[in-house]
Amino acid sequence: MGSPAPVALGDATSARAPATSAASVAVPPRPALPPHLAGVVADESALRRFLYGLPGVDPVGVESRAASLATRSIKKGSKLAALDLAISMVDLTTLEGADTPGKVKSLCAKARRPDPDDPSTPQVAAVCVYPDRVSIAAAELAGTGIGVASVATAFPSGRSSLSIKLADTRLAIESGATEVDMVIDRGAFLAGEYGHVFDEIAAIKAECGETRLKVILETGELATYDNVRRASWLAMLAGADFIKTSTGKVSPAATLPVIHVMLQAVRDWRTATGRQVAVKPAGGIRSAKDAIRFLVAVHEVAGPEWLDPFYFRFGASSLLNDLIMQRRKQLSGHYWGPDYVTVA
Amino acid sequence: MAQRRTSTAAKDAATAAPTKAAPATATSANRGDKAGATARTASRRTASRRVSADAGGGANGVISAVPVLKTYKLYIGGKFPRSESGRTYPVRGSSGEFLANAAQASRKDARDAVVAARKAFGGWSGATAYNRGQVIYRIAEMLQGRRAQFVELLMTAEGYGAKAAAAAVDASIDRLVHYAGWTDKLAQVFGSSNPVAGPFFSFSTPEPTGVVAAFAPQDDSLLGLVSVIAPIITSGNAAVVVTSEARPLPAVTLAEVLATSDLPGGVVNILTGSAAELGTHLATHADINALDLTGVDGQLRIALARDAAGTVKRVYTPHGTPDFTKTSGTARLRAFLETKTVWHPTGAISLAGGSSY
Repeated sequence: MGSPAPVALGDATSARAPATSAASVAVPPRPALPPHLAGVVADESALRRFLYGLPGVDPVGVESRAASLATRSIKKGSKLAALDLAISMVDLTTLEGADTPGKVKSLCAKARRPDPDDPSTPQVAAVCVYPDRVSIAAAELAGTGIGVASVATAFPSGRSSLSIKLADTRLAIESGATEVDMVIDRGAFLAGEYGHVFDEIAAIKAECGETRLKVILETGELATYDNVRRASWLAMLAGADFIKTSTGKVSPAATLPVIHVMLQAVRDWRTATGRQVAVKPAGGIRSAKDAIRFLVAVHEVAGPEWLDPFYFRFGASSLLNDLIMQRRKQLSGHYWGPDYVTVA
Repeated sequence: MAQRRTSTAAKDAATAAPTKAAPATATSANRGDKAGATARTASRRTASRRVSADAGGGANGVISAVPVLKTYKLYIGGKFPRSESGRTYPVRGSSGEFLANAAQASRKDARDAVVAARKAFGGWSGATAYNRGQVIYRIAEMLQGRRAQFVELLMTAEGYGAKAAAAAVDASIDRLVHYAGWTDKLAQVFGSSNPVAGPFFSFSTPEPTGVVAAFAPQDDSLLGLVSVIAPIITSGNAAVVVTSEARPLPAVTLAEVLATSDLPGGVVNILTGSAAELGTHLATHADINALDLTGVDGQLRIALARDAAGTVKRVYTPHGTPDFTKTSGTARLRAFLETKTVWHPTGAISLAGGSSY
């Protein structure tokens, strides 16, 4: 953590590629920050002052509120509606070294029709893959309305040069990705180099253009709720369309208290700027019951406007099977087993 | 063990024989001040449970032991949870006296038990037959170690005489040893190599069916229960067992035996409660592969068999009323086995001229 040397931060109206970037990036104008926030991205020390000036999170309070909301029981018709909503919010994900074209295709087939026995089951929101698998997914999902999300920027660690991260992003977008999931440089964030993190997000956002950018905070590595709040604001100031909890490669991943803090951030951000930023918990959400707890938190903390696949997503792979089994349980009245759900 | 001591029964002190539940330390507390003081110090935490403490010394102290009451819970996934519903029901002895409250399992407890059984099935069915035999033999060992407790339990809970109770416990131990010996013999007895008209080596091996929901006999609460559980787990299945509704206590105590005998958690899950209430949920559950309807009869048995048809489960119903004191046959073992047949090419006979080897 060095002295706050004046770092060239992309400001609200004329974000420019940082000096380290070899590529010259055509930058579409971002919506202007309101006057009271415009100053905070002027230089690194202003940004640091602003982030440290955010109110601290009361960990006991947020954990107990998350726990108490998790006890809420959703039954019958509401439960069925919640299950359908959760299915439509799933970013069906496969992020393995062993992802074959066949596996991506079968995942896409599952995304198109999650439950072949019941055509009334909604489609998922998007399929999430590595950049070099985007072209396969984009071809499979063409015309379905299902998005193709791609992780980028040296996922999952984020430890590479900016030019490589930009090239990674470009590969994803040129292959047909409709959403890009980037990881922040946690090492820089934890070292207090907020300007560096800000510049990187702004540069990737500039590379994305109209493509929606999800910024992965990797909350499991940020150590404190205060850091989660700071990282959320930092990402939104830099132009994130989504803030996402985790890569799914680090434990703990998406927990209810962390999502509470992030939902508070997007709610406050909307109050401050009028823009609604989406939230995506990812990793560790395996059961329909967990998913419904997240939806309750969304409704209670951020507000019902976020209960929409455009503003809230689940990054998950096995969650979808449990959602389908619980949906069938609601409709048929008896429990189902994995034998009756397609694998993907 | 917590003891409650009163000074009011001082005159009984000299003659008070230690009851079964009274540990030796407590009786020795009466023999002198010093010992009594030590015992009191040791049991200070339980002081509030005393009706009145000895005023002077232990010499006048008298013991009337009150045993620690046991909370009977479910056995799911190797743990002893209360029912998710929070319900309990009173269990009465053979002469109608109150014995204990047992947990009354709900639909969601059954669901949790199936999840636990499914999770345990992979490891248990994949264990070597030798290993499964060792574990089941270990259950028999542990049951032997608790023989006196089970004999007493059967006498109070079922109204057995001392001889009959001892015979039932011994038969249960024998039954476990019997099935422990079966684990590595299933393949030889129920498998085969099949003569086929082609250049194939064809062989059949028995494999476990999967998760079996079993309804234990309503009247024979220990021997019947063991005779139902043992053949299911012998071949590598995982079991969700609904105990006798009126006599669930031996089953819960058996769960303690299972929990301490190397049996992986979730291989046997024990639910106390009503078979009528839990039956439909288990019979329709798509993640259960077979039903053992020993403990239900009449209309309920027919209804459950019909429910099971929806997801094509194997259903085992004994012929007539089973006599568990007799040597067990192989029907229960065979009921929860699937046959896998492999056709392995041996090469074209024509090319090898009939003498390929």
